[in-house]
Amino acid sequence: MTDSRTSSECHETPEVQSPTPGALRVAVCGNPNTGKTTLFNALTGSRARVGNYPGVTVERRTAPMGGQSGIEVVDLPGTYSLVARSADEQIAIDVIAGLAGQPQPDILVVCVDATQLARSCYLVLQAQELGAPCLVAMTMTDEAGLAKPDPDALSRLLGCPVVAVNARKDEGVGALKTAIERRLAAGRGKSPGVLRFEPSPELAPKIDAVRQALPPEWPNTPGIGLWALASIGEDDLKHIPVELRAAVAAAAPTERDDDEMVLGRWRWLDTHLAILAEAPPDRSLTDRVDRVLLHRGAGLVVFAGVMFVLFMSLFAWSEPAIELVESGFSWMARGARAVLPEGIAQDFVTHGLIAGVGSVLKFLPQILLLFFLLGLLEDFGYLARVAYLMDRVMKAMNLNGRAFVPMLSGFACAVPAIMATRTMERQRDRTLTMLVIPLMTCSARLPVYTLIIAALLPETSLGALSTKSLMMAGMYGFSIATALFAAFVLSRAMPPLRAKRLPLVIELPPYRMPRLRDIVRMMWSRTYVFLEEAGTVILACTILLWVLLYFPRTLPPSSPAYPALIAQSRASGDAHKTLQLTRLQDQALMENSYGARLGKSFEPMIRPLGFDWRIGVGIIGSFAAREVFIATMGVIYGAGEDEISLRDRLSSRKKPDGSKAYTPLTGLSLMVFFALACQCLSTIAIVKRETGGWRWPAFLFAYMTVLAYVSSLVIYQVGSFLGA
Amino acid sequence: MTSLAETPRHQPATIVSVGGERSFRRRLMEMGLVPGVLVKVTNVAPLGDPLEIEVRRGRLSIRRNDAAFVRVR
Repeated sequence: MTDSRTSSECHETPEVQSPTPGALRVAVCGNPNTGKTTLFNALTGSRARVGNYPGVTVERRTAPMGGQSGIEVVDLPGTYSLVARSADEQIAIDVIAGLAGQPQPDILVVCVDATQLARSCYLVLQAQELGAPCLVAMTMTDEAGLAKPDPDALSRLLGCPVVAVNARKDEGVGALKTAIERRLAAGRGKSPGVLRFEPSPELAPKIDAVRQALPPEWPNTPGIGLWALASIGEDDLKHIPVELRAAVAAAAPTERDDDEMVLGRWRWLDTHLAILAEAPPDRSLTDRVDRVLLHRGAGLVVFAGVMFVLFMSLFAWSEPAIELVESGFSWMARGARAVLPEGIAQDFVTHGLIAGVGSVLKFLPQILLLFFLLGLLEDFGYLARVAYLMDRVMKAMNLNGRAFVPMLSGFACAVPAIMATRTMERQRDRTLTMLVIPLMTCSARLPVYTLIIAALLPETSLGALSTKSLMMAGMYGFSIATALFAAFVLSRAMPPLRAKRLPLVIELPPYRMPRLRDIVRMMWSRTYVFLEEAGTVILACTILLWVLLYFPRTLPPSSPAYPALIAQSRASGDAHKTLQLTRLQDQALMENSYGARLGKSFEPMIRPLGFDWRIGVGIIGSFAAREVFIATMGVIYGAGEDEISLRDRLSSRKKPDGSKAYTPLTGLSLMVFFALACQCLSTIAIVKRETGGWRWPAFLFAYMTVLAYVSSLVIYQVGSFLGA
Repeated sequence: MTSLAETPRHQPATIVSVGGERSFRRRLMEMGLVPGVLVKVTNVAPLGDPLEIEVRRGRLSIRRNDAAFVRVR
């Protein structure tokens, strides 16, 4: 079905520069939860360069070994097998076998969990079949206790060096580095690839036939033949030559061939490794904790408590830090205003530049806090338990339990929430979660709802509850319902988001003490990526919007001569009148801006939703950030920053025929529009960064805008028809 | 013979076969769920799904409808 994909399609621009030319390359792979990242950090020591693999939402981390150049270490995504069906699973094989144009690594470090020896050595066997120069790092030796396998015995069995490492305590890291250096110095011999089972007369000719069709630049080992037979066919793999696809199709691999490969490896592992691990690892402490944390009653109570703390820290406790950032920037703006002469330069620096940088940095408290808490929960082992506890709920909309925390974080802000989707393993799950997170009621929508509810909705009460507070609660309920519904529909309607019939496996790791050093390092690398890649886009767009609503900075011919009037009233010392005139002037200037002209040209389109061009301009302004809607509306209504006066002006505004310009129905339509539309450039920028291209952010913007437009249209038209 | 999804908690069972579509069953088998191996359901999540199982001295959680493809004795 994907036969049209050929090698010519592999031309996406990589987001990360190619490795330093001439540098030796070390790749680190292993099962999830084997301490791979801790090992990577221990090996490299310095902050890693974080980027994306081209075309997939999978993080690519590289760093020089020991902080020196010359040996470059790349961290591969955790995986149980090298067999791949999707582009994100393909990364490991691409790097290990050098299929994507880059040279094969000079050494492949395979992380092997001492407490799960057989399962993690499955990956070693696959790598050896491919002829990869393996070096095994045996982690978690402290947790294996008495069952700790002997590295030398393992080394003899696997036929490659084995080093016991406890990266959390920095034990064995030096030995591992020495082993890597020694292996590198010995040079890289061509390995023909080792099979641990004798292929049957049925399978052997298939392997040979497929090997004939391999492109010349690929390593030609039996392992690649097995890989192709297991991976190709009804897949989403990239850069697979048509000849190879044809050869695999002609070989027609069957379930029996799969059995032969998988069982052949397991048989070898069972017969050879069983003698190494005598006693099962001690899980009694973890089991005791799980008896509480996964308990039907107590477990759910603790879960609710942990999620409450997570939510509150993003939603409320980060507020002082955000306010600090905001007041810092308004202080800077005041300073700039005092220093710079009045005019375009001053306005640009204060309203464009400083406000733009501020709009980037105000995300930092939430990002730092979220990743600190996520790091704690992940390291402790609780994040996997959240996935276990919530999987039942998320399954209903074709997501899995890992999507719970990112979606919950979406109530605070979509930007850190979208970054948190990295805790999910599969690309399809990540993309789908990213597409629905912006529907959650983020905190930037709250001031807008508050204004609309206060200005446009009638104050009545339903028993003890006021309709206004019910309305606010209703908006939260509405956002949850639409997000779940959107996930359900998108996962059915969009082929790349369709759930694959693959087993979902959640591993519940033993509880461990979190390590602050690793968490802080991850917080910084996330923050750095945000600032460097999303921050620049956000800043540029904020400035662009400022330009749109500021220029041409001329008053329309019909307007009174405000500059003269202001000078006059200032001379007479009437401060109140001066302020009023300044606001009227700002209002007239904005009305004449390019942005307002755009808003006016949109008016015929938004009129059926109950909006006039003023709301249209407010919506344009809100793209910088939703709460900017209020500031823009303040200027356009000549209310300045006075929110109460804006509220009065909105509720008392009349149409030329004397009827109210904005009815409660307008308010409802506008709130629904804000709930559903993706008017947030920061969200678009972060989705672009996380998906590595403009395709998904463009889709996100389009689907949410259409959804918002149609919903508001239906509400306003049906409401008007019913005479509300 | 029943499926792993129907096995009572803490009752050891031996895998007889793994069913489902090709890539699905291969995935489960690569995790160590192959015929002849001893498995045990050790826990059920509070909301009834997924199941935590013990296989080859390790623990994994899989969904009930995935476990239904694993036939045990």
